[in-house]
Amino acid sequence: MAEQTPETPVARGTAGGPGRTEAAVAPGTAGAAGAAAPVRVVAVSAGLGEPSSTRLLADRLAEATTRELAAEDRKAEVTVVELRGLAVDIAHHLVTGFPSPALRAALDTVTGADGLIAVTPVFAASYSGLFKSFFDLVDPDALTGTPVLLAATGGTPRHSLAVEHAMRPLFSYLRAPTLPTAVFAATDDWGGGADAYAGGLPARIARAGEEFARLLRGRGGGRGDGPGANEASTGVRDEYDPDTVVPFEQLLARRTAD
Amino acid sequence: MQFGIFTVGDVTADPTTGRTPTEHERITSMVAIARKAEEVGLDVFATGEHHNPPFVPSSPTTMLGYIAATTERLILSTSTTLITTNDPVKIAEDFAMLQHLAGGRVDLMMGRGNTGPVYPWFGQDIRQGIPLAVENYALLHRLWREDVVDWEGKFRTPLQGFTSTPRPLDGVPPFVWHGSIRSPEIAEQAAYYGDGFFANNIFWPKEHFQKLIRLYRARYAHYGHGTPEQAIVGLGGQVFMRRNSQDAVREFRPYFDNAPVYGHGPSLEEFTEQTPLTVGSPQEVIDKTLTFRESFGDYQRQLFLVDHAGLPLKTVLEQLDLLGEEVVPVLRKEFAALRPAGVPDGPVHPAAAAGTVGKADAAGAADSAGAAVLSGESVPSAAKEA
Repeated sequence: MAEQTPETPVARGTAGGPGRTEAAVAPGTAGAAGAAAPVRVVAVSAGLGEPSSTRLLADRLAEATTRELAAEDRKAEVTVVELRGLAVDIAHHLVTGFPSPALRAALDTVTGADGLIAVTPVFAASYSGLFKSFFDLVDPDALTGTPVLLAATGGTPRHSLAVEHAMRPLFSYLRAPTLPTAVFAATDDWGGGADAYAGGLPARIARAGEEFARLLRGRGGGRGDGPGANEASTGVRDEYDPDTVVPFEQLLARRTAD
Repeated sequence: MQFGIFTVGDVTADPTTGRTPTEHERITSMVAIARKAEEVGLDVFATGEHHNPPFVPSSPTTMLGYIAATTERLILSTSTTLITTNDPVKIAEDFAMLQHLAGGRVDLMMGRGNTGPVYPWFGQDIRQGIPLAVENYALLHRLWREDVVDWEGKFRTPLQGFTSTPRPLDGVPPFVWHGSIRSPEIAEQAAYYGDGFFANNIFWPKEHFQKLIRLYRARYAHYGHGTPEQAIVGLGGQVFMRRNSQDAVREFRPYFDNAPVYGHGPSLEEFTEQTPLTVGSPQEVIDKTLTFRESFGDYQRQLFLVDHAGLPLKTVLEQLDLLGEEVVPVLRKEFAALRPAGVPDGPVHPAAAAGTVGKADAAGAADSAGAAVLSGESVPSAAKEA
């Protein structure tokens, strides 16, 4: 994973403290949690407010996931990518075709995740344009096999299916398996006005965290560290690795294969 | 080390006057720019190939043939020649003819083209871009090396007992570069044949191109053409210069801010920090270009883009004066001093080397010019076995 510069809107914390910018736990030094590398959980928040309820939901989901992993003696390393601070860089990348260093770091963080928590506000019956623009810039193969927990926020519960009809197909296209349970938080869910028969928001967050942690079992150490790491964990090759590049003889043969 | 310029051939309005040159003006400007490149002592002029407005160079060998007749020393090249949508037989014929007329002062750069509709206009499918580049070049490579070719492929009508004429000058085919900005398959292809690899790094940050060039160098060695350091690498770069750095920034900013390829995105300052674009004094261009060697290793060809963003011809010719008088002589000396023994110079056809190409290059290249002269035996043993 690329080094984060201090200006990047990427906050990193360790287990139990998502969002706090503590030093990351180095892989393989998880101490009491055992010798396994920490599970890299990356939460992408497309919230626009400061503070934003979308970021709040991302933090709660990361915390719930971390707690469940800790119960199984697995250490988590949580990184939150706030798209708000990258909005101009994302627009520039769309125009010029290359990312700024800060955006490159954010993209590398996301594609290096063991598990991704994707949270967007619902705008005009779908994910926000900022959320979509960011994922438009992710290499279509880079999230293949990465488990994703979907979540969204909105003004009323009547937007809740946006998670199903907008977010889920996006990650299906990226071949990233999504957890069946998604979390939608309407404004009322943060107070006492929530639907009494659906279970409160904290319960839904806890359930999603528990299920997501189960999906992340057996993963750890992130993706893309060293030659072959990607391929071993996800089936995705580093296409510029001289040791694993498709040999020219195969390119020549493939041309007539179909 | 060879230095030159490459042009996209776009017709772009001058944002400071609002005036758009005619196609005829742009074409004659490109010729004037090429002749000026020779006059100021540059080695290479390369033109793009496009088949849609606002670009004029749809017929590169026609233009390069005309330039060949009015120059003596300049290497004429392309940036790029579309290996996907052109018939490889016609490429073989056109460039062999050009090679004879230009006394060997010809090489070319293969590219796939990134304008979607060009593929269907020429009866192809963009999703077959890589297979087209692989198959078409395999045929082109044979047409220049075997007098009689039997051929059957997936994309082109078969050939039985076909001889491409004229045969390459003195039996030595034009040197081929393979240009790519992201495809590992093309780096692999260039490495397999022992051809040159041109990384047009003008937009993306250097880290990406370091990976791409590292791949090409490693595979060049894998196929037995030499060490990774001996692989033939070309790089791009775009510049705007005035003697005084602030003058350059002030004059170029309205062009940058409005150019289709630069404008309405990152600022000039951000762009110059993240890409090879240098807007400043000749010394700043020298310094930036020397960092390419640190990033990518010793390389053989540096092409600058100078006629971009709608700059008027007069300004472009002034840029060439600065390149020829102040930048390239220093770079030749610096690169030659830094280049280890055994790393080849830029590729030159023996007929061109016997002419005047080597002489004007004397400052930096005379010592090793012999090492870079191409030979008729250009199919490497490893590639042959495979």
